[in-house]
Amino acid sequence: MTVMTPSLYLGIDIGSTTAKAVLVDREGEVRARVVQRSGYDFAAAATAVRGAALSAAGVGPESVAMVVSTGYGRRNVAFAEQQRTEILCHARGVHHFYPEALTVVDIGGQDNKVIHLGACGERLGFTMNRKCAAGTGAFIEEIAYRLDLPLAELNRLAESAEGEVTIGSFCTVFSCTEILGMARRGVPIADIIKGVFRSVVKRVAEMDALDGKVVMTGGVVDHNPIVAVMLGEALGRPVVIAPHPQAVGALGAALIARDLMLN
Amino acid sequence: MAEIKKLETAKLMKKVMADHFYEIDAAAKSGSPKVAWCTSVGPAELLRAMGFVVYFPENHAAILGASRAANDCIPAANAIGYSPEICSYLTSDIGAYLKGFTPLAKIYDGIEAIPKPDVLVYNTNQCRDVKDWFEWYAREWKVPCLGIESFVNVGEVTKYHVDSIAGQMKKLAADITAATGGSRLDEDLLKETLRLSRRCSDLWKEVLEMAAHKPSPLTFFDGTIHMGPAVVMRGTQIAVDYYETLLKELRGWVGEGVAAVAGERHRLYWEGMPIWGKLRENAKLFLDLKTCVVASTYCNSWIFTALDPDDPWNSMARAYTELFIVRDDDYKEDYYRRMLEIFGFDGVIFHDAKTCPNNSNCRYGLPQRFAKATGIPFITIDGDLNDLRCYSEEQAITKIEAFVEQLDG
Repeated sequence: MTVMTPSLYLGIDIGSTTAKAVLVDREGEVRARVVQRSGYDFAAAATAVRGAALSAAGVGPESVAMVVSTGYGRRNVAFAEQQRTEILCHARGVHHFYPEALTVVDIGGQDNKVIHLGACGERLGFTMNRKCAAGTGAFIEEIAYRLDLPLAELNRLAESAEGEVTIGSFCTVFSCTEILGMARRGVPIADIIKGVFRSVVKRVAEMDALDGKVVMTGGVVDHNPIVAVMLGEALGRPVVIAPHPQAVGALGAALIARDLMLN
Repeated sequence: MAEIKKLETAKLMKKVMADHFYEIDAAAKSGSPKVAWCTSVGPAELLRAMGFVVYFPENHAAILGASRAANDCIPAANAIGYSPEICSYLTSDIGAYLKGFTPLAKIYDGIEAIPKPDVLVYNTNQCRDVKDWFEWYAREWKVPCLGIESFVNVGEVTKYHVDSIAGQMKKLAADITAATGGSRLDEDLLKETLRLSRRCSDLWKEVLEMAAHKPSPLTFFDGTIHMGPAVVMRGTQIAVDYYETLLKELRGWVGEGVAAVAGERHRLYWEGMPIWGKLRENAKLFLDLKTCVVASTYCNSWIFTALDPDDPWNSMARAYTELFIVRDDDYKEDYYRRMLEIFGFDGVIFHDAKTCPNNSNCRYGLPQRFAKATGIPFITIDGDLNDLRCYSEEQAITKIEAFVEQLDG
């Protein structure tokens, strides 16, 4: 009987909105990638995305050599051997794709992050949004809810806009009030949505200096790539979206697990 | 999991603080000696030399914060027009009064209320809020409120500054005598009080600088507890005795190589106010990260090196103007460099306290300038001294953990 040596590494990223799992092999190749809603039970979400990732890869839990968890719910992943912050994991994930000095901009469900990386992937500094969800995924979700629009429609609407409104308020709740007033006055919804995305870009751009190459991650740009285009317009140079941007944190966690075991 | 190491002297602290509050309570109840309220970096020496027992409302507000009672009290002050955006010490303390509450009554048997003052004495060297705070009580109790209008954004402390503040202090002494019906300044007692205050200050400085040792026997969080006597009893022999005892114990720890944070991997500097309601949690967080917050501007604020019993007025004026909080950003940046030389830290945590702009030195690019000049990285934590509505604990923990990961390389 042959005993299989565990040779896969699992990263679990429990964000405030979605839970992600990425499974990589010894070479760092992605074997499975899963994104699901986090819900209110983070432990259950972690178990669910692990199960889905293992199923997608066609392997059992015995194949996993190590699990690293990250994200807002990283402490709820009981089966993880180690925990790392989402700052480190996003940095590691982006460095995997772009091994050079750059700036990571992650727009998550409730957190925005700007992370400065050196040429070897070392973190030179980082900034997170203040205690306010303006400019995060939660802001966009709230606007979509108030306008009764499916989230999946927002990017298309913004791309079709012929004009653009200016959102004056910092506050999500007051922004909604402002937007509902515009809708009542007959401003095209597409122009409003483009204005909402512009507001997100402004919140991000004011967080920190976005030096050099800028790579974006997170669910917001995964579903709304126009945000990266608009940030590029604001910076005067193109902005890159990392592959599978919503799962970059989980990928980073998986790669850290691999680094820990192999190095 | 590692446990927070407690200094034996902490037991003495309980007695010293109890004696302090019982002394003031007895004075307030009997009417003698008279009670003066004083801002924490106000002219306490002057008041002691005029025969007052001295009560510090900021200390009371910090107790409200540390006991997590502040957020029950703040809304009451908000409701009478004191904004949630202003000093949460002020809103906690006035709110507690409006609700008829004091944590002192819970801690100390026989104390029912905060002591009613015979006079309120402020110094605006910290902020204008302390004056507004005291004036509210002055109206409430119809007692005199007097004080010193200090300078702000001071670069070099010059003769002009010293003359102005010394002149105000002399006038203040006369005004207090007039307002309280006879409390007079005893010049000899002033000199003796200043001698004791200076000695207390020197000992407190020595205590804090024990953290320069590697590993450090002391954390910032320890400092926020042990600074009590330097705040409320400077100018007394009790405070001097306390710090002599504490210093002796710390020297013993250093000699034995005892670390406040076992396995100290990183050393940090804390800039800004403590988050009083999360003191223990934050101490534990850094302990688990094997990271020692070795020093802070906040604890250093009760070092008054300029005090000189042979030159009472000018030295008090200089001491209370030389404070970090009174100074401009060039001075502050240079101050951090001096702290870096003494304590050898790897990073700085700037606490952006929502309701305390004067103690939040991260709003005008200072962290970035200091980092650029020295290569010392920093993070900013959004929070508050007392109002925990302004603090997102998960976000702060993530920032701190990520910062330590960054220092790990």
